[in-house]
Amino acid sequence: MPESANQTLNTAPESKSAGAPALSVRNLSVLFGKNTAVKNVSLDIAARAVTAIIGPSGCGKSTFLRALNRMHELNPEARMEGEIHLFGDDIYSRNVESVTVRRRVGMVFQKSNPFPTMSIVENVTVGLRLNGVRNRKILAERTEQSLRMAALWDEVKDRLHAPAVSLSGGQQQRLCIARALAVQPEVLLMDEPASALDPLATAKIEDLILELKKDYTIVIVTHNMQQAARASDFTAFFYLGELVEFGPTKKIFTSPAQKRTEDYVTGRFG
Amino acid sequence: MELDVLKQKLLTMASHAETAVNQALQALTQRDRDLALRVKDNDRVIDQFEVEIDELVIQLLTKAPLASNLRLVTTAMKISQNIERIGDEASKIAKRARDLSQEPPVKIVLDLPRMAGMALDMLKTALDAFVNQDPSAARALIPRDKEVDALNKQIHAALVQHMVENPDTIGRCLHLMVVSKSLERIADHATNVAEDVVYLCEAQDIRHTGVKSQGGAV
Repeated sequence: MPESANQTLNTAPESKSAGAPALSVRNLSVLFGKNTAVKNVSLDIAARAVTAIIGPSGCGKSTFLRALNRMHELNPEARMEGEIHLFGDDIYSRNVESVTVRRRVGMVFQKSNPFPTMSIVENVTVGLRLNGVRNRKILAERTEQSLRMAALWDEVKDRLHAPAVSLSGGQQQRLCIARALAVQPEVLLMDEPASALDPLATAKIEDLILELKKDYTIVIVTHNMQQAARASDFTAFFYLGELVEFGPTKKIFTSPAQKRTEDYVTGRFG
Repeated sequence: MELDVLKQKLLTMASHAETAVNQALQALTQRDRDLALRVKDNDRVIDQFEVEIDELVIQLLTKAPLASNLRLVTTAMKISQNIERIGDEASKIAKRARDLSQEPPVKIVLDLPRMAGMALDMLKTALDAFVNQDPSAARALIPRDKEVDALNKQIHAALVQHMVENPDTIGRCLHLMVVSKSLERIADHATNVAEDVVYLCEAQDIRHTGVKSQGGAV
C-alpha cells in the first residue's frame, strides 16, 4: 500500500504515449494576495491522453487549470511559484509571452462563449485572423477541419454565415472547441465544458474528447465524477489547494489510495 | 442508506443458506424426511433474495457508486449468486437425504461428517470475513478448499470401491456421491465469496492468479 500511495501522489502515471509528458508541473503554487489557491503541486500530464481534475468547489482545480496557460495572470493579484514546462519549454520564462502560451494551450470554458456578433465561421477563424492569417483558402480549410474535429461540421456546413448564437447550447460549446482547435494548439484545457449541457449534448462533448485525444493532450476540470470516469485516462484529486492523489482514472475510481479521495468519490464530503 | 440495506439483505440471505446446509446435513444424518422436504421448500426464499439483491444492485448502479461503494455493490451481486448456489447445493443434499431416508442405511464409514464440517466452517468463515471486512480471514480460508477437494476424491474412491463390492448399494452410494460433490461445491462457493471479500477490501482480484493465500500487493 505505501508504495502505491507514493506512486500515485507525486510521480506521473505512465503515459500511454510513453513519451515525455506534455506538461510537467513542478512545485506549483498560485496565490491571490495572501490566499494560496494551489499549494506546491507537482504532476506530469501525459501527452495525447485525457487528464481529469476533480475536487470540491474551491479546491483550486480551476486555478490550477488556468495556471497551465497563464490565464490566472488576468487577475492582477495572482502570483505563482514553481515551474511549468510544455513539452520541455518553460511557459513562465521571461522570454515567453502569455499569448504564445495560450496559442499552444487552448481553453474551453464552462459557459460557451462564442462572440455574439460574429457568424459561425468568423468565430472559428477569429484566432487565425488575429494571428494575421488572411489567405481565404487556408481559412476555409482550417474552418472545415476544426469544425469536423469538433464534430460540428455536418450540423453547420450549410449555414456557416449564420450567427453563432443561433446554435443550440451544445453546438455553441462545440463551436468554442472548434475555435480553440483552429489555432492548432498542443494542449486543450476544458473547465467544466459540459456542466451547462443536457445529457445528449454532454455525451457528444465526451465522445469528442475521446476522439480529440488521438491528436491532443486534454486536461478537463469536472464536477461530474462519472464524466471523469468515462472520459479520462488519468485523474487528479485536489482538496484545499493540494494535490491529494493522482493516478490512472480506473484506480482513482475503484480503489483510491488516499482516504480523502475515497471519502470524496463516495460522496462522504465535498 | 441503501448500501446498508444491501449488506443487510445479503447477510440475511447468507444466514438462510447456512441454515439450509446445516439442516440438509441434519436431515441426512438423522434420516429426517420431513426436514429434508422443508429444506428443499425453503430454497425459494433464498432464490427470492437473489432476485431482490439483483434489483437493489441495479438500482444502486444507476447512481454510479464509486471506489469502495462500487466494489461493495458489484461484490454483493457476485456473493449473492454464490449464496444462491449454496442454497441449491443444500437443496440437492436435502433431496438425496429424502431419498436415502426411505432406504436402509449403507454400511460404510465415510469422512462425510468431517467434510461437511469443513465446508460449513468455510462458509461461515467466508461470511464472517464479509461481515467484518476481514481480507486476512478470507485469504486464510482459500487454501482449505484443496483439503475439501481431496476429501471428496477420497470419499468418491471409497464409494466406488463399495459399489464394486456391494452392487445392491449402487443407488444409495450414488446419492452419497452427490452429497459429497455438493459439499465440495459449497466449499468452492465459500472460496469464491472469500475471493470477493479480498476484492471488496483490497481492490485486488486474486482469482486465477495463484497468489490466493498470500497477503499484500502483487
